Amino acid sequence: MKIELPDPSLVVLVGASGSGKSTFARRHFLPTEVLGSDACRGLVCDDETDPSATPDAFEVLAFVAGKRLARGRLTVIDATNVRADARRPWIALARAHHLLPVAVVLDVEPGLCVERNRARAGRSVPRRAVRTQHHELRRSVGRLRREGFRRVFRLRGAAAVEAAEVIRTPLWCDRRGERGPFDIIGDVHGCYDELAELLGRLGYELSGTPQAPEVRPPAGRRVVFLGDLVDRGPGVVPVLRLVLHMVRAGSALCLPGNHEVKLARALRGRRVKVAHGLAESLEQLAAEPEAFRREVAEFIDGLVSHYVLDEGRLVVAHAGLREDLQGRASGAVRSFCLYGETSGEVDEYGLPVRHDWAARYRGSAQVVYGHTPVPEARWVNRTLCLDTGCVFGGALSALRYPEGEIVSVPARRVYCAPQRPLAAGPSCSAPEDLDASDVLGERVVETRLVSRVVVRAEQAAAALDVLGRFAADPRWLIYLPPTMSPPDACPDGPFLEHPEQAFAYYARAGVRRVVCEEKHMGSRAVVVLCREPAVARRRFRIESPQGGVVFSRTGRPFFADPRAEAVVLDRLRDAFGAAGLWEELDTDWACLDGELLPWSYKAGALVRGQYAAVEAAGDAALARSVAALEAASARGAGDEELLARLAERRRLVGAYGAAWRRHCRPVRTPEDLVLAPFHLLAVEGCVLLGESHDGQLATLARLADGRGIVETPHLLVDLDDPTARADAVRWWEERTAAGGEGMVVKPLESVHRGRRGLAQPALKVRGREYLRLVYGPEYTLPEHLERLRRRSVSRKRSLALREFALGLEALERFVAGEPLHRVHECVLGVLALESEPVDSRL
Amino acid sequence: MLLTLSCAATSHGPATDLGFLLGKHPDRCQSFPLPRGRAHVFYPEAGAERCTAALLVELDPVALFRGKGRRGEALAPHYTSDRPYACSSQLSVAIARVLGGALAGRCPQRPELAEAALPLEATLCALPCRRGDEDLPQRLFAPLGYELELEPLALHPAAEAEGPAPYAVLRLRGRLRLRDLLRHLYVLLPVLDRRKHYWVGSDEVDKLLRFGEGWLERHPERELVARRALRAQRFLVREALARLADEAGCDTAAAERAARAEEDRLEAGLRLADERVVAVCAVLRELGARTVADLGCGEGRLLAALADEPGLDRVLGFDANPWILERAAVRLRLGERAPDARPRLELVQGALSYRDPRLEGFDAAVLAEVIEHVDPPRLPACERTVFGAARPRAVVVTTPNREYNARFAGLAPGALRHRDHRFEWTRAEFRAWAEAVANRFGYAVELRSVGPEDPSLGPPCQMGVFRRDA
Repeated sequence: MKIELPDPSLVVLVGASGSGKSTFARRHFLPTEVLGSDACRGLVCDDETDPSATPDAFEVLAFVAGKRLARGRLTVIDATNVRADARRPWIALARAHHLLPVAVVLDVEPGLCVERNRARAGRSVPRRAVRTQHHELRRSVGRLRREGFRRVFRLRGAAAVEAAEVIRTPLWCDRRGERGPFDIIGDVHGCYDELAELLGRLGYELSGTPQAPEVRPPAGRRVVFLGDLVDRGPGVVPVLRLVLHMVRAGSALCLPGNHEVKLARALRGRRVKVAHGLAESLEQLAAEPEAFRREVAEFIDGLVSHYVLDEGRLVVAHAGLREDLQGRASGAVRSFCLYGETSGEVDEYGLPVRHDWAARYRGSAQVVYGHTPVPEARWVNRTLCLDTGCVFGGALSALRYPEGEIVSVPARRVYCAPQRPLAAGPSCSAPEDLDASDVLGERVVETRLVSRVVVRAEQAAAALDVLGRFAADPRWLIYLPPTMSPPDACPDGPFLEHPEQAFAYYARAGVRRVVCEEKHMGSRAVVVLCREPAVARRRFRIESPQGGVVFSRTGRPFFADPRAEAVVLDRLRDAFGAAGLWEELDTDWACLDGELLPWSYKAGALVRGQYAAVEAAGDAALARSVAALEAASARGAGDEELLARLAERRRLVGAYGAAWRRHCRPVRTPEDLVLAPFHLLAVEGCVLLGESHDGQLATLARLADGRGIVETPHLLVDLDDPTARADAVRWWEERTAAGGEGMVVKPLESVHRGRRGLAQPALKVRGREYLRLVYGPEYTLPEHLERLRRRSVSRKRSLALREFALGLEALERFVAGEPLHRVHECVLGVLALESEPVDSRL
Repeated sequence: MLLTLSCAATSHGPATDLGFLLGKHPDRCQSFPLPRGRAHVFYPEAGAERCTAALLVELDPVALFRGKGRRGEALAPHYTSDRPYACSSQLSVAIARVLGGALAGRCPQRPELAEAALPLEATLCALPCRRGDEDLPQRLFAPLGYELELEPLALHPAAEAEGPAPYAVLRLRGRLRLRDLLRHLYVLLPVLDRRKHYWVGSDEVDKLLRFGEGWLERHPERELVARRALRAQRFLVREALARLADEAGCDTAAAERAARAEEDRLEAGLRLADERVVAVCAVLRELGARTVADLGCGEGRLLAALADEPGLDRVLGFDANPWILERAAVRLRLGERAPDARPRLELVQGALSYRDPRLEGFDAAVLAEVIEHVDPPRLPACERTVFGAARPRAVVVTTPNREYNARFAGLAPGALRHRDHRFEWTRAEFRAWAEAVANRFGYAVELRSVGPEDPSLGPPCQMGVFRRDA
């Protein structure tokens, strides 16, 4: 006997003890596919025959089986299962996972079972028990289908068990092997003219007559009809003829829509309520021969609820499909595919309120569907509704897969007045909201640069607090900048940090050329700039009168005052326009990384609360100490060495004061703010973060207006050229001696992967005076400096690389049009990693 | 940091007897090692009429930072700290180490002097004197019989618009035993500094009791002293939070608590916080809610009331801040609650701008003084989470009535009640919002007042009760 098992399914073996179930299972299934009650009894109590362990053992069995089914793995239950009440939980379990329960009955002569049991050492089941089992099996075997098993295979006698052959067949919806390319077409509703035009636009050649159509598809392409071919429109019959022809000719797949299902019932003479355009279909079909009507009904009955295509990357269904239902078969799956997920409520237009499954969709497969008319086909979390309401005067739309292009043909007229305005449909008003499960708990993010960046749960929790309470709208947050490491400490001399160590690092990493950029002493500002507010709406799905946003390195809105933000954005927008960058980069938005100056604008609280205050405390305490000690010295009871040290310490506190004051400038109006962009991160269709820095800086220099936007002074250095290196050191020394913050050294090619792995995307070399603000006023005292040199940057560097990888990944995902939660995952990751404890002075 | 101690001549002998009391010779400058630095003792003046000893503490800033991460260490911020200069618990440590004999009241050479009340003067520089704490030295030292002189330090002219620096020079004058002066300083310096550098353990209680003996128990601020001196330890989560939140120096957890305290102080006369809890509980009873989610529960003020509310089956506390949730768990004694106690109490972390299936299925959700902490552009996302996705049968929202702010003395015109309030609404604004939300999500809303109503300004707090059918 051939046992054809749907794969995946839940296979329940039924047979008395000794009927050969385990042997059968071993022969036909992987050991891991078979879950045995005996083995589970052993798992929980070390004794496979202990009857007291049976309830626990079955709990374990059901738990493991549930996990396997949730993952879509074929699972075999190896237990006697001779009674209906023992089988009932398995049927329920299979249904809960939307898979088919299958029974394989090993109906073996009781004598043989008893015989085999006797031969078992130590675990034989008594003869009477075996006979009872057999009796129970016989009594209930005829009712297995009624119990809910969708397939039943009964192997009569040991010989039949021996001869059985198991074949696995994929579910009907499983068409993973079909790779396309496809042209997926939304709800047609009898709009034949538009369908013919759309097929023509897609390259399909239509010939023949509407009664006997002929279609020649472009090489290799197939159409997928998303259902709702019929009702409402005027061309139901020619549409059906065309689709039937194409499906039979193998040039199309077709899914059932709710309208087809109802039509089929009507055609079979069932009583249905004639509404929602069914009357048109019936009327038009009435003019056709009976044979055609029967043909249509049979065609509809043979349609499969949904298809999983292209190695699981594409799912098509009339009303869409949740991830946990994809590639499965059950009444619930079919109902979802036909009607979507409804809550049972109706809205003000009398239409069912639909749960917005698409907004919650987190699956990896793209789901293309129709059913709900929307004004515009738009991706929401990897789902696309292609029903653009042709019959209501909208358009007939198709998705070219895998190209991703949407092709639309406008309706020639309004064939049917919509019950609810198109724009009031659910999918267009629901933004892609984020779910708590997108951010809570441990996460592993796959990035292009670094595989598997791990974000621990408590780090994510800390990041969620910041994102939830302080951050800008997550739809703006397409990037957060990574932390940056300094070079190894300078081994000797008056400096703690020096360019030579940065150059040496990159030379070791195999980088030949680096760019040295002046580090602006301001506040980090990431800018997302749209050419106009409409772009914000379309690309970022945000209503933004400013047409953009400026946010800090932790994703907070940079400005409390929207006017100030508008000034900065307008200035940058004008500069973009004046430089012709919109056209040159073929974009209408851009994301830039930069610094906003002066530092005191944002860091005012810090200056007041910390720098100025520490200076005041230090100066007062040391001045008084010096005076007191001088008085003691005058009495001959002092300590000259201590006095000299105190005087020097006081001088250093003064130098510290000079260091913070250098970066303070009053800002009276927003016009006094200066933006120094140093990185053009991404534009439409293109992530620029990984591109060479010299081109970048040249582009950004064109934005400079000498007032509100300044360029970043920089130097290209060939690391093999000692003169160039010396020049760069001098350049740094001059700038930092004058109080500059320092410079950032980056590999010219931005991303450099050498023998030692990924090189740091940047190293900051901070000036000697500036570092007082980091290490304290007196850090340059030799006894302090010597100890400060013993710092470890390895943790900081590992963090910098992971954050860089996450930031880049966020941009890549956004530019590729991936769903918000996929972008947000990376951004959250950057912020979460920032909570990792590292020496904050690095 | 510098402490000077001066003594005038007394009937017991010349001022230089101070040297005997301190056990340090007036004609020498001596140095002593400290765990994180050095202390020096010298005498700027040593005359018969007046003698001054100086205790100078030089902390090692590198060693201070090295200690970071060890249990109990305050986390040094990334900007430079005032630790080497400000009088802190490190000065207490130096007093105990260097002047231990005097602190104990031992003076073998002049035992009668140690027991005598002397005309003493102490000067401290630089003493932390945070904004809002300006009267603290007065409150702490005046009850002990000191005459105080507080001279605030000035910020550099470039920052002087901000007013004085949060430090001062403090001069204390009094007639008392030296050991008492030192003990007062030993206990009170960490209280003034508010930052303790070492682990607060049970031995701290002993020390406090030992050196506070005879005066602390009668001190009017003894509760404050005990609370600050035995400050609860930060949790690790909070350290992470602090690091994230200290960008641009704003919104550290401490600042947040201070802001909350400020709001409480403003509204204290009204006992508004309590009244709000009572009002919310009454509405929940009226709604017949058996399961309640407190969204933005904070430290659990409302949860504490709900925990004793008969008729409730399940109460969920929800907040974005994991550290605050830990405090709520402590406050509610969640760990001691019987597993089958009703209502079942749960605390979960989450943010209202993220749709959250854990919030589904509740009879009622409470947003008590929460929406005003949400940036207006993010409000729609929160509305969708609560009214659109979680869809409890009822939602109770409370928020300040901005009009009433005019009645708060001490609140500048136009100012908001809490630093973190992103907005405060007038009655009309709240009504407009509430009606729009109710309409959008299929709820009916009824507006109510909380607190004593002013005839023209309305109540201090406004409430919206949203209900949906079935």
